[in-house]
Amino acid sequence: MKDKPESRPVSLSRGRRLGAFVFLAPGLAYLAVLLLVPLGLVLSYTVLQRGRFGGVVYEFTTENFTRLFDSLYLRVLLDSLQIAGLATLIALLLGYPTAYLIAQLPRKWKTIALVAIVLPFWTNFIIRVYAWIILLSPEGLINGWLQAFGFGPYELLYNRGAIVLGLLYSYLPLMVLPLYAAIEKLDPQLREASANLGASAFTTFRKVTLPLTLPGAITGSLFVFVPSFGNFVIPEMLGGGKSNMVGNLIRSEFLSARDWPFGSTLALALIAVLLVLLVLQAWVTRRA
Amino acid sequence: MFLYAPIVVLVVMSFNSGRSAYTFEGFSLEWYGELAGDERVMGGLVNTLIVAGGSTVIATVLGTMLAVGLARHSRSKVLDALAFMPAVLPDLVLAIGLLLFYGLIQLTLGLYSAVLAHALFSMAFVAAVVRTRLSGADSSLEEASRDLGAGPVTTFMRITLPQLAPGVIAGALLAFTLSLDEFVIAYFTIGNTEQTLPIVIYSMIRFGVTPKINALAAILLLVSFTAVIAGQRLTKIGERVPRAQD
Repeated sequence: MKDKPESRPVSLSRGRRLGAFVFLAPGLAYLAVLLLVPLGLVLSYTVLQRGRFGGVVYEFTTENFTRLFDSLYLRVLLDSLQIAGLATLIALLLGYPTAYLIAQLPRKWKTIALVAIVLPFWTNFIIRVYAWIILLSPEGLINGWLQAFGFGPYELLYNRGAIVLGLLYSYLPLMVLPLYAAIEKLDPQLREASANLGASAFTTFRKVTLPLTLPGAITGSLFVFVPSFGNFVIPEMLGGGKSNMVGNLIRSEFLSARDWPFGSTLALALIAVLLVLLVLQAWVTRRA
Repeated sequence: MFLYAPIVVLVVMSFNSGRSAYTFEGFSLEWYGELAGDERVMGGLVNTLIVAGGSTVIATVLGTMLAVGLARHSRSKVLDALAFMPAVLPDLVLAIGLLLFYGLIQLTLGLYSAVLAHALFSMAFVAAVVRTRLSGADSSLEEASRDLGAGPVTTFMRITLPQLAPGVIAGALLAFTLSLDEFVIAYFTIGNTEQTLPIVIYSMIRFGVTPKINALAAILLLVSFTAVIAGQRLTKIGERVPRAQD
């Protein structure tokens, strides 16, 4: 490689193109085959018919969509939105003060606190949900305590509240982290300036801190809402057979009813909702 | 806080000597013993390790290459987004897409299909981790190497990779941990003959609750905790080394 000085730019750019190919090609090929193709399949199956023994018949149909707009399925979508939305809201209300407090801690404690918040998240997802079953069940611990004080056993498990609780518990760390990052970045001088100009603590919070941390709050909310909305494990384990979310439906369509086209249509609805939220998020953050 | 209460309960109950998973009756290790003898659990453990190991290898290699390619050789934001997409999409969507795909190419579901599936989303995370490290790292050494005439691959092997090593290791650890715990995608892509540990646990819980599950849970918690703390230590060590060379 004895290039003269004048030809170095050429070798650099050729090197760059070669490098791009060598480094990017394998990964991108993998992604194309295992990500883009399956997604395309899901999309295309929405307009195909189900085969008699599962699988697909290659005939065009829109009946999946008409079926989707049946009030039964719309109800499920709405319920899912509600449950996921509630979990996200509570996560926001709980997460913001937590993130704020952590940001105020002295340096050494910050890392410890952050690790403490994230640690449960790294444990097995199903086990964490299982722990709640133990706590909430009619023979479980919480009811045991309550009964010791004379309060009758409550139906804490297998209802919508339990699902919200489970979702909240599973994804709260995802809310705290982006919020913390946003709060951490705040320039304390801005708050001082606001106070110097005569604003009360509350007003300062409302007009300075809140708007500036809004992007972090939105990111956190999205991080909680997305997995909550498409979840099926938590509704199934904590909700009993009663509450159904979109995730449960999709799963039963694919694994029990083997109606792949309709399952794909449901999945498409799921993605559509999420896309709308993403667009909203981008729009709001651009304005802020 | 409230995050830890359920975990504590689980661990305590795993030592319960009575049959019930709910009320504490006495101290005993018998459930741990039963675990070791349970074929399904042990089989699930082995499978989980195989899937996690295999997918981590693939994910680390491809993910690192992607990260380098994206950070140093490409300016496309579309590619950036594409590389990160598996991590952003809901796992359910990935799972059913893969199920359809495997059905189309008539691939029998089993450990291989699960490994490939896990590698898919792990790759995105590895790429993200390595990417962060790359953007913080000093590229002047790389530029010097290229000015001296080395090709991009040589530059990578000799200069970039050693610099990136802690990040790559952290990414690999992340990929491994993610795969160990992963339920949804494994559930859809592994078929009916084999199971990974999360799937075993899931079935056990659906059939009925016994303290054996608590014992299993406690062990898994211990493993996860150790892995996380180890990961933390590694990234801290990694961050100190480049500065020490100045």
